[in-house]
Amino acid sequence: MNADWLPYLVGAVVGVPAVLVLYIVGTDWLIRRLPPATHPRIRPWVWVAPALILVAALLIYPMIATAWISLLSKDGTRFVGLANFANVLSDNSVLIAIRNNILWLVFYTGLVLIFGLILAVMADRVPYESGVKSLIFMPMAISFVAAGIIWKFMYSYQPKLPGVAQTGTLNAVWTSLFQQQPIAWLIDHRINNFALIFAAVWIWTGFAMVITSAALKGIPPELMEAARVDGATELQVFFRITIPLLAPTLTVIGTTLVIFALKAFDIVYVMTGGLYETDVMARRMYGEMFNNSNFGTSAAIAMLLLIAVIPVLVFNLRRFQFQEAIR
Amino acid sequence: MKGSRLGRVFPVVVLLSLLVAACGPTSNSSSGGGKTLDVIATWSGDEQKSFMAMVKPWEDQTGNKIAYESSRDVNALLTTRIQAGNPPDLAGLPGPGQMIQFAKQGKLLSLDGAVDMNALNSQYGSNWVKLGTSNGHLVGIFIKVAIKGLIYYDPKNISSTGVDFTTPPKTWDELVSDANTIRSKTGKTPWCIGVESGAATGWPGTDWIKDFFLRQAGPAKYEAWTQAQEPWNSPEMKTAWQSFGDVVNSSSMTYGGKNYVLSTNFGTAFDPMFQSPPGCYLHHQASFITSFFTHDFPNLQPNTDFNFFGFPDINSQYTGPQVVAGDLFGMFKKSDAAQSLIKYLTTPAAQKIWVKRGGAISANKQVTLDNYSDAQTKAAAKLLLAANPPEFDAGDMQDNALQTAFFQGVTQYIQNPGQLDSILAHLEQLRTSGA
Amino acid sequence: MSVAPVAAPRVAETPIVVDAGKEPRRFTLGSLPLNLALILLTIIWIIPTLGLLVSSFRPGFLISRTGWWTALFPPYQFTLQNYTDVLQTNNLAASFVNSLTIAIPATVLPIAIAAFAAYAFAWMKFPARNWLFLLLVGLLAVPLQMTLIPVLKIFNVLGLSGNFFGIWIAHTAYGLPFAIYLLRNFFGALPTDLFESAQIDGAGPVTMFFRLVLPLSVPALASLAIFQFLWTWNDLLVALVYIGSNPQYAPMTVTIANLVNSLGQGYELLTAAAFLSMALPLVVFLALQRYFVRGMTAGAVKG
Repeated sequence: MNADWLPYLVGAVVGVPAVLVLYIVGTDWLIRRLPPATHPRIRPWVWVAPALILVAALLIYPMIATAWISLLSKDGTRFVGLANFANVLSDNSVLIAIRNNILWLVFYTGLVLIFGLILAVMADRVPYESGVKSLIFMPMAISFVAAGIIWKFMYSYQPKLPGVAQTGTLNAVWTSLFQQQPIAWLIDHRINNFALIFAAVWIWTGFAMVITSAALKGIPPELMEAARVDGATELQVFFRITIPLLAPTLTVIGTTLVIFALKAFDIVYVMTGGLYETDVMARRMYGEMFNNSNFGTSAAIAMLLLIAVIPVLVFNLRRFQFQEAIR
Repeated sequence: MKGSRLGRVFPVVVLLSLLVAACGPTSNSSSGGGKTLDVIATWSGDEQKSFMAMVKPWEDQTGNKIAYESSRDVNALLTTRIQAGNPPDLAGLPGPGQMIQFAKQGKLLSLDGAVDMNALNSQYGSNWVKLGTSNGHLVGIFIKVAIKGLIYYDPKNISSTGVDFTTPPKTWDELVSDANTIRSKTGKTPWCIGVESGAATGWPGTDWIKDFFLRQAGPAKYEAWTQAQEPWNSPEMKTAWQSFGDVVNSSSMTYGGKNYVLSTNFGTAFDPMFQSPPGCYLHHQASFITSFFTHDFPNLQPNTDFNFFGFPDINSQYTGPQVVAGDLFGMFKKSDAAQSLIKYLTTPAAQKIWVKRGGAISANKQVTLDNYSDAQTKAAAKLLLAANPPEFDAGDMQDNALQTAFFQGVTQYIQNPGQLDSILAHLEQLRTSGA
Repeated sequence: MSVAPVAAPRVAETPIVVDAGKEPRRFTLGSLPLNLALILLTIIWIIPTLGLLVSSFRPGFLISRTGWWTALFPPYQFTLQNYTDVLQTNNLAASFVNSLTIAIPATVLPIAIAAFAAYAFAWMKFPARNWLFLLLVGLLAVPLQMTLIPVLKIFNVLGLSGNFFGIWIAHTAYGLPFAIYLLRNFFGALPTDLFESAQIDGAGPVTMFFRLVLPLSVPALASLAIFQFLWTWNDLLVALVYIGSNPQYAPMTVTIANLVNSLGQGYELLTAAAFLSMALPLVVFLALQRYFVRGMTAGAVKG
């Protein structure tokens, strides 16, 4: 045991937030003593400074380093310009990984959002709401390794031979209920990407549901009541009132999911290791870095991921500007 | 009100926590007398316990301690720590290929001063010492070794097919004809194969190819291959892959077809062999697989319920070679304690400990066969000591990129046998560009 | 007490039931299909977890040989062996405490720091605000693996690796982009006139932050706390890299990963371990659920 860490733990949990509050209150006291015109130029920076400093050291600096490494040779000794990018983008297996990331982008993001929204809205209207939400949320609490084990049980394959029973849940249902040939869910390249994506959807739906639900609770019930009094059907209430009011939150969840889809790693790594045309960019980056010691290539892939996020950011920028305009 | 009360409490809390923090722990790990060595290795579960049992006498004797971390993804952990400038004192390495890479980068330190080279050469034999040597310096020692490419079977089931393994087949052709007998007598597929193994999926298939290549092309070519001197698209290499393909790609020879082979973990692939009625009769795997047998079928007894023979010869020019593998141990930070641990680990006294606990073979000749607690490991150790010559796993000798590509190539070949030429061309391109 | 006069009349103006527990439920339209669909969806969702739960009570040698559902029919072959094996692991209790020691600050700190920043991004006007914010959101896309080596180098110099300080800082920084993004969205959705009336009453940004924004954003803060806790609780990679050199500080994930040997043997223990390590996050979730209540922001929204 590390009982001698208890003071530090208390210090971190109580002390640091307290220092933060003191810092904000203290600097605000100082700012108020300055001419009012200077306030808007100083105050915001005081509030964002702690976050910016941490992020600069642990995320921005490593990314700048990565950008530099992406221009160097495999062992980091020679400057090679954009050669790593050219190599990566002309590699057929990378193109397959990009295609798979697009599949993830569309299906993982879409399904998680839709399931999360449906479940949050439906659960909101039943008395056993917290029970349902806890059960849907449960997969989020399972580690990726354990989730990998679960889905290996789900997708397990046994040949169709006399006396051989299926051990995988899906194949058991598929062969007995529908009398079909068993499917090698993780091997067959027509279906394996979707098998992986569905495992991820199963995990992340709880995430979308919880946040959607939190936003849903913020919608004043009088708005819906008023619409119902005016004779709106439940579907109309859902599409005309609930969805528009949830739109900003759904955008946040959607953006986060799109980025997670680009970074998809754990499920693929645990379940197929990227074989059978299921590879994705982040797994590839990991392999190039830690297995192949190809730092230049892995840095180039990381930069491609960052570039891929730009359209999502532009979309968000538009939305802020719109939000500002109507405020 | 709430806000103002908080306002009064906060400064007190801050002051308190700063005070407490100021008299918190000053140092974090130096307890007791000796030095604590940081060790990273792949061994976890029972392997970790066996390794810790192995170092216990050294800890007791010297007063030093081992802080042991294991990760199955040891490459990622080691790469990160080495690149960031805080490598562990010592590490168990995945194979000679990775070891030589670290040695070339100057990260892995020479053990020349740590061990008595004369004792090492006489106790281990030059082959094993050579494998731990890079650029003329000893950089790795073997903690435990294994023999690969053994053919396992269930003696009761085999005898019911009319095939007799009391004198094992001498040649591959004999084994093939035995397999055909099994098939015609029982109507079942003779072989069970499964190559799934997470991020390393495919390796059990590469073991087949190594066994074929060693016995078809001979030890000289095989050694050239381990040194990345042998082209992957040579006719001999293609023959080795095709020989494996004759088994794995034939639905009358291998249980369940390619979907079973690709999606079944190597640790359960043999299950049909022990079921009644059996789904297959033969299984090719390294000596460690017996613990997987008894895991899935706790009632199985060695010798009566499962037994093995070595992979038979193919070309009469080359008789008795065996593919072996082993876990190496190397030093990243030099210290007296680290050197003394390395020296201790090579001694017969230390090597006996893991052997007696089971699941390992020692390459140290002074660890005699009577140290092995079970008959099967003893028989495997005997085969390993008699190997002529023992050739190290050609996959483990390559650098990681090529080894992983080899694994993946096998999965592609099983999926699409027609792509063999392009798979081999890709491997050859990796070999020539990486060297 | 400068804010209360603003909010109070609003609540009075809109006499809608505020307490969620007593809110009248409407099961008018399609109530039965709704219930059926929800229950069906929930059942589909728990089948994999149920499979894992059943498997965790089965002997290891059966798990790979027969489907988990066969255990539900006689002959029953249940065992507690997986659980007893996991519970007897060396240092399990210590690593549980270590996990808590890591996860609690790693949850509190990013939320505290992010809340201030998110408020500035949502309600203060300053040059480059949107660009800076987009940069932060863009950092969500930074693959964690790329930061390990440069950050570990910094930590080594500052003596922050091999103890809890480094991992607290790391989890805090890694958690900030999402935390700021989520909170800025919730803060920004609060009604403008609320701030305007507070300002007329002479409330400064500090007062508004603590008296208006935080209380009104409790559901968002609660959901953020849940996820940040989960992610840090289940993290293996960051822990291995930043506190790896000191196994005495190893969290549960590291201890559990070591149950399986390098060849993957003993994976059945992971089924039991998964449920043991899942217990606490679920308790956190259930505890924080009571903050997901309608009415938190009732009366604080434009009519």
